[in-house]
Amino acid sequence: MKTSISAVINGKQVQSAVEPRTSLADLLREELRLTATHLGCEQGVCGACTVLIDDQPARACITLAVGIDGSDIRTLEGLENDALMLVLKSAFHDKHGLQCGFCTPGMLISAWDLLRRKPHLNEAEIRIAMSGNLCRCTGYQGIVRSIRSAAEKWAGSAAATQEQV
Amino acid sequence: MKPAPFDYHRATSIEDAIAHLQAGDAIARPLAGGQSLVPMLNLRLAPADRLVDLTRIDALKQIVARADAIRYGALTTHAAFEDGRVPDASNGLMPFIGSQIAYRAVRTRGTIGGAVALADPAADWLTTIIALEADVALVGPNGRRTVAGTDFALGPYMTVIGDAELIEAIIVPRRPGSERWGHYKVARKTGEYAESMAIALIDKALGKARLIVGATDGAPLVLEKSAREIAAGTIGGGLAAAIRAELAESGRDFSPEKLLLHSTVAMRAVANSERR
Repeated sequence: MKTSISAVINGKQVQSAVEPRTSLADLLREELRLTATHLGCEQGVCGACTVLIDDQPARACITLAVGIDGSDIRTLEGLENDALMLVLKSAFHDKHGLQCGFCTPGMLISAWDLLRRKPHLNEAEIRIAMSGNLCRCTGYQGIVRSIRSAAEKWAGSAAATQEQV
Repeated sequence: MKPAPFDYHRATSIEDAIAHLQAGDAIARPLAGGQSLVPMLNLRLAPADRLVDLTRIDALKQIVARADAIRYGALTTHAAFEDGRVPDASNGLMPFIGSQIAYRAVRTRGTIGGAVALADPAADWLTTIIALEADVALVGPNGRRTVAGTDFALGPYMTVIGDAELIEAIIVPRRPGSERWGHYKVARKTGEYAESMAIALIDKALGKARLIVGATDGAPLVLEKSAREIAAGTIGGGLAAAIRAELAESGRDFSPEKLLLHSTVAMRAVANSERR
C-alpha cells in the first residue's frame, strides 16, 4: 500500500505516493530524476548517496522515503548556485579530486557540511571526517587536497564572512 | 529498492506506537534513526512485517536535566551529543563518544535509544551507559519500568526489552567532577564497529574506579576486581595481570588473541584517563 508524502526537495514542494520500502535515494533518482545522488553499496557504507535532510547530511539509501514527510531535502542539484559548493567544485577540478566521479556527489555534500561546521581542520582531521565516503578509484590524496584548498579559499572569501554573520 | 515489502505506521504518541507494535504473530519493529535497521532491511537480514516510525513522537525527544541526573529522550541523536546541543554530566565522555560513532551522516540520524535497544556488543553507547551507571527507562503495554544499564543487555542483540516495549529515555547520573575518564577503541577502519573498546572511570579523590570492556562476544563486561585494583593504586604489570585474569575468569570464551586484545585495550583506557 502506498503512503502519500509531501516534502520540499531542492526548494520545490513535492507530493508523492511511495511504497514504505522505497528509499529516499530511489525516490530522488527514479521518480524525480535527480541522478546526482548515486547509489553504491545501498547499505549505508559508501556514502555516495549522501544528501542533506533539514540541512544535515544523511545517507539517502538507508532513509525511507515515507520517513521524510515534511522535511527539506537538498541534493547536489539543489546546491548548484551555492557559494561554498562552487568553491568546492572548483577545488575538486583544480586539485584532481575525482577520477571516475562516482563518489564525487557524496564527497561534495560531506565536504560542504564539514566546511560549514569546521572550516579550520588539518589534514588528519579532514581524513577522519571524510572517512564515511569511499572512493574506489582510491583517489583520496586528491580529494583531501581539494578539500584543504577549498577550505583555504572559503576562509578567505567574503561569502564565508557573510555566512558567519 | 532492496527490502521486502512491509507496512508502515507513523506513530503519533508513545501509546499509539505501543498499540501498533502489538502485532500478534506478525513481526513489528520500532524505527528510530534507522541507521542499523534499514541496512539490515536492505540486506534482508532483519525480517519485518510492519515498521512503527517513532521519529515524530516529541515525548521521546525530551531532555530533562535533574539535580542528580540527566534524562535523555531515546531519540537524542549522536550528533546532538557531539555538538553539545544537549547538557552533559559525564565530564565530556558522552560528547566524545557521540563524536566518534560511525560517520557524520550516520550520527545526524542515529539515536542513543535505537543503538542501546539493538544491543550490538560492538556499539558504543551500550558500553558507555554501563560505564556511567545509567538507567534505561522502558515503556510498554504493562506500563513503565526502569532497568539498570548493567542489567539491560543479556547477550549479543539480546535485551530485557519485552514485547511492544520501547526505550523511552536513558537516565545518566551526574558524575563527580573529580572523576577522570579514559577511552580506547580498536577498529580496523575509522568509523567501523569496534573489535574491542574499553572505558575507565577513575576518581582518585573518592578512591573509586570503574572499568568496562565492550565489543566482546556478549554484553559488555564490568571488571570489578580490576577496578578495585585501580582504586587501590595498582599500576603497570600488576594491573595488566589482574585484568587478564579477570577476563579469563569471566566465563566468556576468549581466544588467546582476543584476551590479549581486550586486556591491552583496557590498559590503554586506564592510561588515557591520566591524560584528562
